[in-house]
Amino acid sequence: MAQPSLTMFEKIWRRHVVVDRPDGYTLLYIDRHLMHDGSAGSFARLRARGLSLRRPDRSFATPDHYVATGGRGLGAIEDSHHRGIVAAMADNHARYGFTVFDIGDERQGIAHVVGPEQGITQPGLTLVCGDSHTSTHGALGALAFGIGSSEVVHVMATQSLWQRKPKAMRIAVEGNLGFGVTAKDVILAIIARIGAGGAIGHVVEYAGSAIRSLSIEGRLTLCNMSIEAGGRAGMVAPDDTTFAYLHGRAFAPKGAAWDKALAYWRNVPSDEGAVFDKEVTLDAAAIAPMVTWGTSPEDAVPITARIPDPNSAPDALKREGMERALAYMGLQPGTPLEDVQVDRVFIGSCTNSRIEDLRSAAAVVRGRKAVVPSWAVAGSGVVKRQAEAEGLDLIFREAGFEWREPGCSMCVGMNGDTGKPGQRIASTSNRNFVGRQGQGVRTHLVSPAMAAAAAVTGRFTDVRKLASA
Amino acid sequence: MEAFTSLTAIAVPVDLPNVDTDQIIPARFLGRAREEQAPAMFHDMRRAPDGNLRPDFPLNQAGFAGAGIIVAGRNFACGSSRENAVTVMVDNGFRAFIAPSFGDIFFNNCFQNGALPIMLPEARVAELRSELHARPGARITVDLAAQTVTGPDGKIDRFEIDSFRKDCLLRGVDSVTLTLSHEGEIAAFEARQKEEVSWL
Repeated sequence: MAQPSLTMFEKIWRRHVVVDRPDGYTLLYIDRHLMHDGSAGSFARLRARGLSLRRPDRSFATPDHYVATGGRGLGAIEDSHHRGIVAAMADNHARYGFTVFDIGDERQGIAHVVGPEQGITQPGLTLVCGDSHTSTHGALGALAFGIGSSEVVHVMATQSLWQRKPKAMRIAVEGNLGFGVTAKDVILAIIARIGAGGAIGHVVEYAGSAIRSLSIEGRLTLCNMSIEAGGRAGMVAPDDTTFAYLHGRAFAPKGAAWDKALAYWRNVPSDEGAVFDKEVTLDAAAIAPMVTWGTSPEDAVPITARIPDPNSAPDALKREGMERALAYMGLQPGTPLEDVQVDRVFIGSCTNSRIEDLRSAAAVVRGRKAVVPSWAVAGSGVVKRQAEAEGLDLIFREAGFEWREPGCSMCVGMNGDTGKPGQRIASTSNRNFVGRQGQGVRTHLVSPAMAAAAAVTGRFTDVRKLASA
Repeated sequence: MEAFTSLTAIAVPVDLPNVDTDQIIPARFLGRAREEQAPAMFHDMRRAPDGNLRPDFPLNQAGFAGAGIIVAGRNFACGSSRENAVTVMVDNGFRAFIAPSFGDIFFNNCFQNGALPIMLPEARVAELRSELHARPGARITVDLAAQTVTGPDGKIDRFEIDSFRKDCLLRGVDSVTLTLSHEGEIAAFEARQKEEVSWL
């Protein structure tokens, strides 16, 4: 009998079913659990219920949300409560014995940078973390999604989760990306097209020639923002690019185990003829460097565009939403984006803080000066060391950037790295929500190259005019 | 976890689509104890930067005082996975949320906290919101066993809910207890997996 054609998501799902209930709920096994400083509360709840960590060997942790980026170590964290949250990781490590990349360890960083970098994230496995940007890890062909803190307790205690099977969506980007156009621009263009709720209830598989030609760093950026389209997870089929990336990483298999894993991984991609519940196709050549103008990631337009006019909205609710967003953002309809001045620049976050991101920003910054306060925050100690070995830190510093220690930093501002009310920030992060980077702060999402262009010109600038490749 | 059976309460409209969990509770309040977070609910939507309450926000209006249900726009509570978005609303007396769609993670988080997210068609949700605006203080009844929402207009809508989630809410149990009863199956899965993906 012929095997049915399955999507990559369906294959991974089927291999992880522990219990299938007749009502459609599945107890899904979780291969790897990533934790961060924010998981401290879940450990406390685990203890309070008299439960223990079922699989310390499958559990990995690194502090990121509350760590300081202006200095290293616990002592650099000013807020005593935040310091306590970060310090709890060492206590919990001592008690439960999971793998930790703690503050002071060079491998510490943003969980979604560290997981792939250490080879913890692999094709075909299930991975969760108490953070919505866990969708990042799908870039290597894993089924990875964010969960809440109660579900974190559940995974700690049982290494599994009750799930209703999401639907499958395929987003294909075909053709070649133009000069100066990056994975960040691709995902912003996708979200602008399908909307902030366009992938609700779906696991998205990104496909097509433009996706296949992305590096792993690019794929991580792409999958990272799946959640901003409402997607449960985002994935890219593992291929030789994936395998080359994983080879030799600390937690990737070695020797005979590598060969066995490779054979397994090669069977992970969707079968030919696999059917998706929803399909969308974009033309890569039509994507330009993108900038968001509003307070939802779906409010993204090409740098060549003007601030949209609420009067063009299809209905009253949408118009009111646009008016509110423009009022918050302090923008006038019809203004060319390139005329909008910025007050600050942030390069970092789980979306865009990897070595390629820093290289691409540094290429624009090289030989120029930042005219507004600008930060570059590497995603991990490993990225930071690599960047320093390549001299990127010097390029940033000479241009007047602050070269800071790894952490989530200004993406979410939980550690106090925030802007001031009214400030306009060109940011490589993932959310332009109201108040995301501090109360009253106006966030515009851009690629690292576009953030660098804004830093050296003081306004949004089409990076294609600056870069001479 | 407190059981959820039925609820009749004043309902408050939150009109905008894509209200993210950063709006429900801004990140700067997350590092505090749960008891201290309650006043932070919708903090920056409710208050101007100077701290004064915005009179145009329904939650600040006397007519909606004591509300226990939120009727929201599509993609309600999208974004960050912070479960505090559920707990801060529960701690302010809200146990049911009605919207055309929800952020997936928030939707799941509700069931861990005795709260019920209900999806109804977009047109009906819009109709409910305009009725609530027209008659502040109007009540909505949610009956979980019958899977119905009764609007202030007396119109009854049926909603869908997975029997697994429904059962947990009605009994007031979270899923950890249930899962621990599947220990045998989990252990058997792990034994099988040890062969199949031995490198993990």
